[in-house]
Amino acid sequence: MPQFANIAVSILFDGLAYAMFLFITAVGLSVTMGLMGFVNLAHGAFAMAGGFIVVSLTRSYGIDFIPSLIIASVTIGLVSVRFEKRLYRRLYKSTDLEQVLLTIGLAFMAIAAFTYFYGPIPKSVPLPHWLEGDVNLGFRRFPTYRAFLIGLGTVLIAILWFVFEKTNIGAKIRAAVDNRRMAESVGINVDRLFTLTFAVGSGLAALGGGLAIQLFGLTPSFAVLYLVLFLIVVAVGGLGSLKGTLLAALVIGIIDTGGKYAFPVAGNLFIYAITALVLLIKPTGFYGRE
Amino acid sequence: MSEAKSRSSAFIEARDRATDYLVRRHYLRWTEALPWLVAVACFFLFPNRMTFGSQVLIMIMFALSLDLILGYAGIVTLGHAAFFGIGAYTVALASLRLGWSEPISGLAAAGVIAACVGVVVGWFILRYRGLTLLMLTIAFAAMLQESGNLRSDLTGGYDGLPGLMFDPLLGTFQYDLYGHTNFWYALAALAVVFYFVRRLVYSPFGQTLTGIRENVRRMHAIGSPVHLRLVTVYAISAGIAGVAGALFTQTNAYVTLTVFDFDSSAKVMVMLILGGTGRLYGPFLGAAVYMVLEDYFSKMSPTFWQFGIGILLVLTVLFARRGLLGLAEDIGGMRWGGRAADAAPRRLVWKPEHWKALGASAFDGGVLGFLVGFAVNMGHAELMTAYVTGLPAQVAVFTLGGAAIGAGINAFYLLLTSRSAVEGQAS
Amino acid sequence: MTAALEVRSLNRSFGALHVTRDVNLTLERGARRALIGPNGAGKTTLINLITGVLKPSSGSIQLDGVDITTMSQAERARRGLARTFQINQLFRGLTVLENVCMVIAERDGHANNLWRPIGTRRVILEEALDHLDSLRLTEDALRLVRELPYGRQRLVEIAMALAQRPRVLLLDEPAAGVPSSESHLILDAVAALDPEIAVLIIEHDMDVVFRFAKAITVLVHGAVFTQGTPEEIQRDEKVREVYLGQEHHHG
Repeated sequence: MPQFANIAVSILFDGLAYAMFLFITAVGLSVTMGLMGFVNLAHGAFAMAGGFIVVSLTRSYGIDFIPSLIIASVTIGLVSVRFEKRLYRRLYKSTDLEQVLLTIGLAFMAIAAFTYFYGPIPKSVPLPHWLEGDVNLGFRRFPTYRAFLIGLGTVLIAILWFVFEKTNIGAKIRAAVDNRRMAESVGINVDRLFTLTFAVGSGLAALGGGLAIQLFGLTPSFAVLYLVLFLIVVAVGGLGSLKGTLLAALVIGIIDTGGKYAFPVAGNLFIYAITALVLLIKPTGFYGRE
Repeated sequence: MSEAKSRSSAFIEARDRATDYLVRRHYLRWTEALPWLVAVACFFLFPNRMTFGSQVLIMIMFALSLDLILGYAGIVTLGHAAFFGIGAYTVALASLRLGWSEPISGLAAAGVIAACVGVVVGWFILRYRGLTLLMLTIAFAAMLQESGNLRSDLTGGYDGLPGLMFDPLLGTFQYDLYGHTNFWYALAALAVVFYFVRRLVYSPFGQTLTGIRENVRRMHAIGSPVHLRLVTVYAISAGIAGVAGALFTQTNAYVTLTVFDFDSSAKVMVMLILGGTGRLYGPFLGAAVYMVLEDYFSKMSPTFWQFGIGILLVLTVLFARRGLLGLAEDIGGMRWGGRAADAAPRRLVWKPEHWKALGASAFDGGVLGFLVGFAVNMGHAELMTAYVTGLPAQVAVFTLGGAAIGAGINAFYLLLTSRSAVEGQAS
Repeated sequence: MTAALEVRSLNRSFGALHVTRDVNLTLERGARRALIGPNGAGKTTLINLITGVLKPSSGSIQLDGVDITTMSQAERARRGLARTFQINQLFRGLTVLENVCMVIAERDGHANNLWRPIGTRRVILEEALDHLDSLRLTEDALRLVRELPYGRQRLVEIAMALAQRPRVLLLDEPAAGVPSSESHLILDAVAALDPEIAVLIIEHDMDVVFRFAKAITVLVHGAVFTQGTPEEIQRDEKVREVYLGQEHHHG
């Protein structure tokens, strides 16, 4: 393969894997914000916590990577329900600012707690053999883990798309995102719907956190470092939109990877520039409601 | 209208009382001298901590600038550090590149430049609110930072520009090692800025900011040029933040790109919330308390400090929505100067169903504690264990502790927030 | 003489939904016109179009002969167009007096002043108190709006509209939500309006309508169904049909 095309393909591939991570982690945030208008900045902390659960399960209890991911997602999903019912519910009628402050406070508490228990050194996970090394996709070899990430992401996207577009529950969610009051008056129990989507979204975030370990290493600061990125994906994609989150994740993932490769000095400049550009032209993001 | 004038004296009294209230609204209250007296007292009480003192004053000014836009106008932004940074780099680059090291004019220039940028940026982004505006402000500050890094030849990058030199104040006052000159300089600058802010807040313009915050629909309907007003106050706020940033550079003789950090924008917002938004003296209290706590605790243990901020935020939002000043008001029933909107203190009421809520939160705390207990015990290589060893004991301790904390927090919350229905609203 | 307010062929659609159909409406100086119609007829939408909250899909609006169709809400308000909202839109955290002062300061341009405190403008205070006097709100001048009973809040809403010294006043169900014990205050206020002002009032309560209005426009499905004097409308069979099943009297 010619050198330039080779690099381009690498960037696309890595960017795609990165985009999958962004999508998996951010989609929950997008749907919950679109559904209830609740700004949950502790979302990153859920992802971080999921990651650390995977670390502990694989390292201390010798549980395999994939089952650990599942256990972590389910646990965080369930724990988040308690958070939602006990704490967040009080603030649904509050101002955005108060929600931001409360959830950021929770995120800080989580980071500090995890730093205390796990220490600040980045963690890694032992991967199963089949996820290590390269895989041959015919025309080129690619890192197996990233290929796995892309594959897993695609499957999840398909499942989510199916649920959203083809099932009853999905229809209810879309209706409630579109017009909550109308949905309530048609008999949709929006509160229960929200708890469900919140749980699934947090579980997915935990999954994303677990998957990210191999990509970036895991430290407690992950919770806020990547939070801005998730917020960007959500804002640029449009609140409550599956399509939007995916598109935004792809754009951000690929452009960031390419940008960092071509102009490493610029750092995150490209991402922020895209964010500003998109929001100035279309304030509600790609597929956001007007 | 003559019918009105021929009514009873009680009526005329009501009219006069109303007029009086508005006329006196902006008069200085004796309590307003307190913050300044405290500042001066600090100089004599803690002469060795005056470099820190200057930084506190600078943060107060920064928080004051944010109060204008966040507290009074109700616009939530997380990028105010951008203007702080613009001011900081204006004086740094002016000194290095243009040889312009006169401090006071440097302050003025920084303020003006930051304000100009504020006009341009504000004109574009103040059409939006909510998440959109939040992300735009974050993006703006971040882009400034990254661009600064691109031209690190100019800005010194994250290592910064050390060893900046500034002329003596007014030609005579030299800077000293103890930072005494800097402290009075910062205090004087704060006093001047505060004078202007206070006039602004009590002016009709300031009142319209409150109107915009309280009900922007109504403002449009009465003919208020809302966007123009917001851009104006945003520019003023940016200018003040710029002055704070310039002071920062001048008092530290050093500046780095970290002045643009998202952390910095978030920190100043926390300070403001802590003190109380929409009040002239909220920034004073909030910034001072925050800086002092941070100075003390982050030296002890940064992790502990981070946890502390987290809990501070959570508690503030749950119990002290109107900040420390609001709390003081509720407790003391006093009124502090310069408030944007009044709020009546309310009374406490304990209802029987609160016991059920307590039980639920004890359960939650217990579950969390249970999980944490496992986490602490898992992975001997990963985790630093506490004093109790042995899995069952550890888990039990954490479970009970969690339950107690959960119940305690909820009890505190309920005590402070179950109000009798003054006009039907509990928190 | 130029009409105070003239609406010509006003249309508004939301996608396929045509909510305002080719509406023509004229308010002469000193008009007292009621806008009635069944629920969902588009009355508030029409008010929103006239005041500039919504942009029309087509048609024009003229205020005292000046075309205001493309002007912003605020600009129209500055030119003498005032409205009250169906649900109170007040500054709940401020006192009644401050609410009215805000309006006057905006009207007279004092609101642009960043320097002199409000308290030094006695002229504003006096006028605000006069407006409060005329609505018997003086005792409540220093009370926070959110502490007032709803009926008195509604009066503040009207006071604020009057403080604009409008040439055209649009009242959106001024008595809505007001307990019957207090509704006379609203009615008295409406009856005492300056005869020079052109007033358009949306109302469901037919007693209010027939007492107050000199002309009535009936709006059905976004279009003008018929217009006429109160007597004509009362006699009109078709109007009664359109209201069949609707409550005549306001709860």
